[in-house]
Amino acid sequence: MTVKSVQSHAARESSATPHSRRVFLKATVVAGGGLLLQAALPSLARVAMADAAAFSAGDAASLNAYVRIAPDGIVTIMSKNPEIGQGIKTMLPMVIAEELDVDWANVRVEQAPLDAAKYGQQFAGGSRATPLNYDPLRRVGAAGRQMLVAAAAQSWNVAPSECSTEAGVVYHRESGRSLAYGALTAKAASMPVPDLATVTLKDPKRFQIIGRRIPGVDNAKVVTGQPLFGIDVTVPGMLYAVFHKCPVFGGTVLSANIDALTALPGVRDAFIIKASEANPSADPQGLSDGVAIVANNWWAANRAREKLNATWDEGPTAAQSSESFAQGAAKLARGEPASYLRRDGDVASSFKGAAHVVEAAYSYPFLAHISLEPQNCTAHFQDDRVVFWAPTQLPGPGAKLVAATLGIAERDITVNMTRTGGGFGRRLRNDFMAEAAWISRAVGAPVKLVWTREDDIRHDFYRPAGFHFLKGGLDNAGKLVALRDHFVTFGHNGMLADSAAMDANEFPAQLVPHLEYGQSVMELGVPTGPLRAPRSNALGFVFQSFIDELAHQAGADPLNFRLTLLGEPRVLVNSTGKADPLRDFDTGRMRNVLWRVGEISGWSQRHTLPARTAKGVAFYFSHFGYFAEVVQVTVKPAGDIKLDHVWVVGDVGSQIINPSGAENQVQGAALDGLGSALGQAVTIDRGRVVQSNFDSVKPLRMDQAPPVDVEFLITDNPPTGLGEPALPPVVPALCNGIFAATGRRIRNLPIDVDGLKA
Amino acid sequence: MAYTIEVNGAKRTVDVDGDTPLLWILRDELDLKGSKFGCGAGLCGACTVHLDGKAVRSCLTPISTVASAVVATIEGMAANPVGRKLQAVWMELDVPQCGYCQAGQIMTATELLTRNPNPSDADIDAAMTGNVCRCCTYTRIRAAIKKAALIPSTATSIK
Repeated sequence: MTVKSVQSHAARESSATPHSRRVFLKATVVAGGGLLLQAALPSLARVAMADAAAFSAGDAASLNAYVRIAPDGIVTIMSKNPEIGQGIKTMLPMVIAEELDVDWANVRVEQAPLDAAKYGQQFAGGSRATPLNYDPLRRVGAAGRQMLVAAAAQSWNVAPSECSTEAGVVYHRESGRSLAYGALTAKAASMPVPDLATVTLKDPKRFQIIGRRIPGVDNAKVVTGQPLFGIDVTVPGMLYAVFHKCPVFGGTVLSANIDALTALPGVRDAFIIKASEANPSADPQGLSDGVAIVANNWWAANRAREKLNATWDEGPTAAQSSESFAQGAAKLARGEPASYLRRDGDVASSFKGAAHVVEAAYSYPFLAHISLEPQNCTAHFQDDRVVFWAPTQLPGPGAKLVAATLGIAERDITVNMTRTGGGFGRRLRNDFMAEAAWISRAVGAPVKLVWTREDDIRHDFYRPAGFHFLKGGLDNAGKLVALRDHFVTFGHNGMLADSAAMDANEFPAQLVPHLEYGQSVMELGVPTGPLRAPRSNALGFVFQSFIDELAHQAGADPLNFRLTLLGEPRVLVNSTGKADPLRDFDTGRMRNVLWRVGEISGWSQRHTLPARTAKGVAFYFSHFGYFAEVVQVTVKPAGDIKLDHVWVVGDVGSQIINPSGAENQVQGAALDGLGSALGQAVTIDRGRVVQSNFDSVKPLRMDQAPPVDVEFLITDNPPTGLGEPALPPVVPALCNGIFAATGRRIRNLPIDVDGLKA
Repeated sequence: MAYTIEVNGAKRTVDVDGDTPLLWILRDELDLKGSKFGCGAGLCGACTVHLDGKAVRSCLTPISTVASAVVATIEGMAANPVGRKLQAVWMELDVPQCGYCQAGQIMTATELLTRNPNPSDADIDAAMTGNVCRCCTYTRIRAAIKKAALIPSTATSIK
């Protein structure tokens, strides 16, 4: 991985956001003489606003921090957000430790439980941790350091400005004196609390921890197999449960052979759960109808399930299928869109006057999240209170859901957050929490609910499928002058399905004078939700592939065609119309990553590659990150695909906080996207999911995984997150590479290798 | 019925049905949570353990078939010179993201390096392809195996 500094074309204001209001820092002495720093900071309003809809992150409007310095100099930083593999438990404490100026070897990180009053927003999603926390947490660390310096200065009767710090020690160089932080904790607590808005931050050139490759704080536990994950939880007296839901989404249970089940070896209880008995009834993110089986061990519970004989009322979704959706979309495409997201210029006349017109229909399937740790949850319901050990990305809304489902008070719910064996957005939904609590209440004991892989694939909140009917017009010079998309998506009860929307500013809006984005909606009974880089993971494929078709029609180099389309460096305001430096699209930043990925991938030499080996390029802006990627692919005569190499260039602002974690996220996101394009689809038939395990939903494997080169361009912009934005461009880059290698255009995912035979 | 098996050097007796997979014996009876449940069908490798040094999928291994075979799990790898150095390199190269698959990856890699101390890329592909990493840390897994191959199997320890 390399990091490269560039001057961004469109200069930006600095990342520093003044925190003049509602800020407080509290310093107290704790038992044993340590110093406790508690900070409450307002969130960056613009990011929080964007999050409100996506994550329902609760009422807590603040971003709190919690740091303890013990007399022995050990600094304990509470990690408030769930660790789902994004590296948050390492990265956020690094930010505090840097400004506090302590030795990373003396930092301990503890997972905080859910406590909104103490920790503010606690969630994992949307690549938001960096943009939300980077600046505020630096200020917390800097304020703590300033108080420790003030304490030392007072003891020595010198001016604080004469003191310096290094690795947890305050120095007065002039007199050769020094005091370790641990010795200053009691005194520091009585020092004036600095104003977080104006506290002095380190010059990034002096960073000792930020910018260093720091391994994950839980790596030792991971590689030695210590219990860390939700599925590893053991509670005294715990029983084990499986929950068999109606195979058809929204179906209800009519009967089940309960007596036969309870007679099976090891089975303690079996019972029907009806979602209609929950409060609120029919919360689509909560309880579903099904049969719970509770046993002395999980194997007995799951084996008993083989003997389950249930009857269901499958409901209206049983009439839905992927095939009927495709037919419905094609039919809708023959008519006018039901509504328009935007209409610029005069598309119809522009097509008439165009030198070339290209039409293409694109589609992508439903996708499951397939986190490797199946959904699970341990709950103990007792006296109208519930204690959870839950692998969740959104513990706060999980507690709310359970309170509503069971009709108990939210304050009576305790959520211990476990490490999570992959999130990818699946654990933004907390259905497993509602189920575990319900079952625990029914059996009067703590219960660990564990889903099978089949449950996980068949009862997800899927990345919605979608259909795009595109038409593009080029003028005599090969310039894109007109574009139309009729997007056929899904909805339910008059609302657009979760994660099934397209933004009015979807690229290349604002760059093409005559442009129409129309939309029609089909009824869907299948639950949908965010999957890593929601919307972008599908729309990037559609638009960056179609742009490649247009480049080909224009006889242009696909990379140069994109540079021309981006045009002069400038900022295009986001679709709210209100300027926002994080969400606005800076064409200059994208030009730079695109240009650079061409350089490092040897784009200009691609014509020397052997037959059926080629490179494809694409870019995408999502989650505030600018990414351009090149995939080199070889398509064998039988049609099978060998991924040769991936090059990624990203711009996520002025600082890569943990280069090791950053590189890991980017490589993983790129490979994740490739895996989804090559082997993943969830097909609906008669309202149920056809696939069931990793033989039919295929994750990428070692023998398929190519090397991924990663480079970051460092620009004068606020640092932003890396969990998601590297994923969207890799799919079209692959598909465009396949076109360059074979002349066959991939317009439907997943890629059908049978269509690629020589 | 009662089965006595040797796990990580200790004899353990469990009273279970003979068709219970070794995975659930390890996890729920012996409280060894390092071996993970991922698919229950031998498709992901998260449950990989060693039987007499050979990597097997414990989710498909009924306890009745274990008999006198020596079982080793990730919790026992500190005592295995190859396993131990892989654990150390895994930490050094910061391989894990979510970490859920990594015990299984290390168990398979330990068997690979034990029988083939200097594997090629093709050898690594062949050995590791049954182990899914949903976070796709394959680049680092490959690098870690290659790096560990260069280290003598003696002088490493986990801090």
